[in-house]
Amino acid sequence: MKLTLKIWRQKNAQAKGQMVTYPIDGIDGDMSFLEMMDVLNNKLINEGEEPVVFDHDCREGICGSCSMFINGEAHGPDRLVTTCQLHMRKFKDGETITIEPFRADGFPVIKDLMVDRSAFDRIQHAGGFISVNTSGNTQDANSIPIEKADADDAFAAATCIGCGACVASCKNASAMLFVSAKVSQFALLPQGQVEATDRVLNMVKQMDEEGFGNCTNTGACEVECPKGISLENIARMNREYLSASLKG
Amino acid sequence: MSGLLKSSIGRKVAMALSGLFLVIFLTQHFVINSTAVIDPDTFNAWSHFMGTNPLVQFALQPVLIFGVVFHFVMGFVLELQNRKARPVKYANYKGGEAAPWTSRNMILSGLVILAFLGLHFYDFWIPEMIHKYVEFAPEDPTRYYAETVHKFESPVRVALYVISFVLLALHLWHGFASTFQSVGFNNAYSKALSKFAKVWAVAIPVGFILIAVYLHLNQIPH
Repeated sequence: MKLTLKIWRQKNAQAKGQMVTYPIDGIDGDMSFLEMMDVLNNKLINEGEEPVVFDHDCREGICGSCSMFINGEAHGPDRLVTTCQLHMRKFKDGETITIEPFRADGFPVIKDLMVDRSAFDRIQHAGGFISVNTSGNTQDANSIPIEKADADDAFAAATCIGCGACVASCKNASAMLFVSAKVSQFALLPQGQVEATDRVLNMVKQMDEEGFGNCTNTGACEVECPKGISLENIARMNREYLSASLKG
Repeated sequence: MSGLLKSSIGRKVAMALSGLFLVIFLTQHFVINSTAVIDPDTFNAWSHFMGTNPLVQFALQPVLIFGVVFHFVMGFVLELQNRKARPVKYANYKGGEAAPWTSRNMILSGLVILAFLGLHFYDFWIPEMIHKYVEFAPEDPTRYYAETVHKFESPVRVALYVISFVLLALHLWHGFASTFQSVGFNNAYSKALSKFAKVWAVAIPVGFILIAVYLHLNQIPH
């Protein structure tokens, strides 16, 4: 495959970036998108140019490191995949592909396609946990019965890998799908009830402070989420937040 | 509780509840307007009641005005915040791939509705207020039907009303169904409720259009 890549290049967080065009040849349809980027970077290094910086780690869709806004969509045109799981056969020979970083005030660009997603870590630190006394007499988790439907929903919410595609896709750069998944995975389980009120209040407060936008129920986040996190989680977080606000 | 209206979720719920209130208002407005087509005497009787009843005039009317102003002011505030949340725009953004046009352009349809409200106030509300509370003109309970019909004499005005109602339908198409999600209602009944909201979102504006066109075509002498 022969392709034309239009990639966002930005030296550092302060620098003004721009789209730069790179022609590339010899791309196989069975390559992943990141392997295609590796080919480009090898070429750039051989030519004495600075390689394109991008986040990646596991390359099997579970770590949430890879990002990239490809041809106008987070993780590219395929559904329920991360960029590392996206195959080049999804593109046509001779196609022009635009590659941009995830754009949001809460995700400042560090360099090229790499953005700082530590805002998600701070939201998690604000309440995305349960406190368990590990003094030695901790109750076995399996001794607490949990409805199958609740366990399934909690697990589905917990599959969120925190990649930030929801923020990147939302026209408002809202982080509500991510935060709602992290609230829901505990809200549905008895272990999460102890800190339920503080959790949702603190996580939403942190989310607002990080500069993410508001949810207007467009549903773009759900469509672009590589893990298929449902909008039901946002409705649950809204309920949790309202009831916590009335209590608190 | 105190910081509720400062939080993103609190504001979202406030937008939903004020929108739901306006949906209820639109329904009653439509029911009364439809009597203009069915029976002018009933229209006069209802208009006289709504225009002179102290509870409607001095309790419900201020609540309605507050509801309208709150909804659009909060809408603007949220829109500005949302624009600020993405300071650098994408060179290529396929919003339409993942979200419908109506949901992405609520500010546009909302602005058209706001402009329409200006025209609607100029046509009906301001003359009514002057008639009743500035000139203290004597009340004629039979004047309403003829006054309303004459307002729809101009085809330009009818066209402006029709365009506004189309945009109202687009606004409600996303807005009404979305209120349930905002207040946390997303369960087995949501699909049916969303369908009902979408039918309503089309039926009420189309009904308003039909009434405007009917009155335009059935003019009575001045």
